[in-house]
Amino acid sequence: MPQPRRLVEGNEAVAEGAIAAGARFFAGYPITPSTEIAEVLSRRLPQVGGHFIQMEDEIASIGAVIGASLAGAKALTATSGPGFSLMQESIGYASMAQVPCVIVDVMRGGPSTGLPTDPSQGDVMQARWGTHGEHSIIALVPSTVAECFDLTVEAFNLAESYRTPVILLSDATVGHMREAVALPTADEIRVAARGEPAVPPEDYDEVVSTVDNIMPRPALGSRYSVHVTGLVYDRSRGGVPATGAPSVAEGLGRYLREKIYHHRDAICRVEELEMEDAEVAIFAYGSVARSAKAAMKWARRQGAKVGLVRPITLWPFPTEAVEHMAEQVRTIIVPEMNLKQMSWEVQAAVAGRAKVVDHGRIDGKLIRPEEIQELIRTEFYYHRFKETS
Amino acid sequence: MTDAAQATTRAPEAVVVDLRLCKACGICVELCPKDVFDTDDLGRPVVARLADCTSCTFCERHCPDFAIDVVPARGRS
Amino acid sequence: MALVDEELLERAPDDRRLPRVTPHRTGEIVRHLRSPKTLWCPGCSNGIVTRALVDAVLALELDPDRTCVVAGIGCAGRITAYLNWSTVHTAHGRALAVATGAKAADPGLHVIVIMGDGDCVAIGGNHLIHAARRNIDVTALVFNNSIYGMTGGQMSPTTFEGDRSTTTVYGNVEQAFDICELARAAGATYVARGTPYSYNRLAQLIAGGINHKGFSFVEAMVSCPTYYGRQNGIPKASDMMKRQHERSVPVEKFDLQGPRLHDRYPVGVLHHAEREEYTTAYAGVVARAQERSGG
Repeated sequence: MPQPRRLVEGNEAVAEGAIAAGARFFAGYPITPSTEIAEVLSRRLPQVGGHFIQMEDEIASIGAVIGASLAGAKALTATSGPGFSLMQESIGYASMAQVPCVIVDVMRGGPSTGLPTDPSQGDVMQARWGTHGEHSIIALVPSTVAECFDLTVEAFNLAESYRTPVILLSDATVGHMREAVALPTADEIRVAARGEPAVPPEDYDEVVSTVDNIMPRPALGSRYSVHVTGLVYDRSRGGVPATGAPSVAEGLGRYLREKIYHHRDAICRVEELEMEDAEVAIFAYGSVARSAKAAMKWARRQGAKVGLVRPITLWPFPTEAVEHMAEQVRTIIVPEMNLKQMSWEVQAAVAGRAKVVDHGRIDGKLIRPEEIQELIRTEFYYHRFKETS
Repeated sequence: MTDAAQATTRAPEAVVVDLRLCKACGICVELCPKDVFDTDDLGRPVVARLADCTSCTFCERHCPDFAIDVVPARGRS
Repeated sequence: MALVDEELLERAPDDRRLPRVTPHRTGEIVRHLRSPKTLWCPGCSNGIVTRALVDAVLALELDPDRTCVVAGIGCAGRITAYLNWSTVHTAHGRALAVATGAKAADPGLHVIVIMGDGDCVAIGGNHLIHAARRNIDVTALVFNNSIYGMTGGQMSPTTFEGDRSTTTVYGNVEQAFDICELARAAGATYVARGTPYSYNRLAQLIAGGINHKGFSFVEAMVSCPTYYGRQNGIPKASDMMKRQHERSVPVEKFDLQGPRLHDRYPVGVLHHAEREEYTTAYAGVVARAQERSGG
C-alpha cells in the first residue's frame, strides 16, 4: 500500500528511490545542489542496515562506490558538475570493468565553479563523453519529483541488468523543487536483483556472459575468484589483462558496446504527448520539458498542432524516436539550458528531413513556457507566411 | 626466526632451478652465503658446489621469479 | 628516510607478538599464484615481496574465498594478475578508495591493498591519509622503489634529494617522504617497514599487519635495478638489496645519528596502537539509527 501523499523534494525522492531499489551503499562528497541526497541517505541507510560514508573527495567517492559494488552491494554517489568532472576517470573504469553503479549528477551552471545554486543542462554531452576512450553509457533524465524516484529505481535496474554505470541527470530545479507525491513502497516496484552467475565457480569465465545473456559479476569474497581490471582484458581467460592482443581489444570494446546497444529498444524510453497529428514538435528533457509541456498546451489552445517528444533516456540517444518524429513533423524545436548540446544529436538523427530550431539559455534561469511559445508562434507565422506568399 | 638461523645445516637433496622462469638477475648467485652457484653463459645459476650448501634457502626465498626449489635432504621436511 | 623524532615515534612493542611465519617451499607458494611468470624486470624485488605476502597469508590461514587484493597502477599493481585470490586492479591512485568501499560493504572481507610509492603517496596520497584517519581494517602494503618504474624511470615523492631519474637529470631537488611517518601521523595504528633482504622478517611484518584490526601500513622497500639502479650508479639487483639491508637499522637500535636522510632508516614495527576500527564504529551508527527509527 503506497505511502501517504506528501511534499517531497526531488533530491529526497532520489534518495528514497535508491533505498527502494535495494541500494545499501552511498559514498559522496557535499556539493550544491546535490547535497540533500547525501544528507538523506546518511540518515536512511543505517536505518536499513546499509552504509553511508562521506569520502574525502569525489574521486574517492566513485572509487568507494566501485569497491562496494564489487563486494556485492548496490551502490550510488551523487554530485554536481565539478564533482562529476572529477569522477570521470573512474566512471570509465566502471564501464570498462563492468561494475554496476549509479551516479547522480544534479546539474548546475558551469563550467568550473559556475553557478552553484542555479540549474543548467550543461553536462548532457559530458555524461556521454566525459570519460576518455570509446565507451557506452546509459543516462536518464527526470523531470518531476515522481520521476526522481522512479528513474532512480530504473537506473539501478539498468545498472544491474547491463552491468554498467548509469547516470541520472537531474538539475538544480528538479532536485530542489517539491511536489506532492505518494512514493511507492518497495513491494510496489520492480527491482532487479544482483544474483550470482548461473554457472559454478569452476566453469565461470567472463565469456559465459553474452550480449543476450549478461550474467551478474560475482562478488569479491564469494566462492568465485574474480579479476577486475581497467586494462583491456581477455574475457575468456579469467579477465586477466591482454594488452598485447589486438583481436581481444577489438572484441572486448565491441562486446561492451553491443551489451548496451543491442538492447536499445528496452533501454531507450521516450514520452510522446499529442504527437498523433502534430505538425511541429518540441524535443525537451528534464526541467525544460515542464515548460515545453505548458507551451505545447498553450499552442493546442490556439489551434496549433504541436506535440512533445520528451526523452527519458538521453543515452543511448533515442535515435529511432527522433527519426520517427522527423518523418511526422516539419519543425522540431529543441529548447535546452545549454548551447545546442542535444540539438546536434537531434539534427544528426533528423538528417535534414525536418527543420530544427534550437533555443539555448545559460544564465542559470529556467527556460519559461513563454520563450518556447514565442518560438512556436514564429514557426507558425513563418509557415503561414510561406504558404500565402 | 632470523634468516641466518635455520633448522638444519645439511646439504639438500638438490637445488632445482627452473630455467623457464629464471631471468638471470644474479641475486641467488651473488648473495648465496656459501657460494654454491656458478653462472652459465646467459648468467643463470648453475649448482656447482652442492656439498657446500647448508639448505639455508636464502636463494629460494629471494628468487623474485619463483624459479628455485631447495629439495630437503631425505629424512627432513 | 627521514630521521625520526623520538618524541613522535613510539618504540615498537614486543615484536614477538607478531604471527609466526614459516616460509613455504616454492611449489606451495606457486599454488596460490595464477602465474609465476611475471612481467617484472630481472632483479626487481616485487616478486620477493609477493612471495612474502603469500607466506603471510598462508601463515594466518586466511580463507582464500574471503581474501581480496586491491592494487593500483604501476609495476606493483600487476600483482593482481599473478595472485590467485580475487583481485581488483583499480585506476591509478585509487586502490585505497576502492578498498574502503569493499570493506565497508562487506566488513568480513580480508582486504589487502598493494600500491607502488607513486600510487600510494603521489596521486593516491589523499586517500592514504583518510584511510589511515578512519583506521579502516585494511592492510596497505606499499612497494616503495623510489621511482616510477612502469612509465620508464621518472622521479617519485620517495626519490631522494640528489637522485637521478628521467625527469631529474640534474639531480632531484625535492625531499623524499618518509611514508611510514606520513601514515602514522595520519592515524594508522600499525606501521612497519621491511626489506626483501630480510625475507622472513618482512613476511612476519606483513602477517602482523593483516592480523592487526585497524589500518595497517607496511612499507616494503623494493629495488628497481632497471630504472633507479641504472640511473643512480647501482645497476645490480644484488648490490641494491645488500645496500638496503646495510642501511636498515632495527627500530629498537635506531637513533638520531646519520648525516644523510636516506642512509639510515628504522625497520621493524614502527608503531602499533589500538583504536576503534571504522567498520566496528559504523556498526554502532547502524544500531543507533535503527533504535531511533524503532525498526
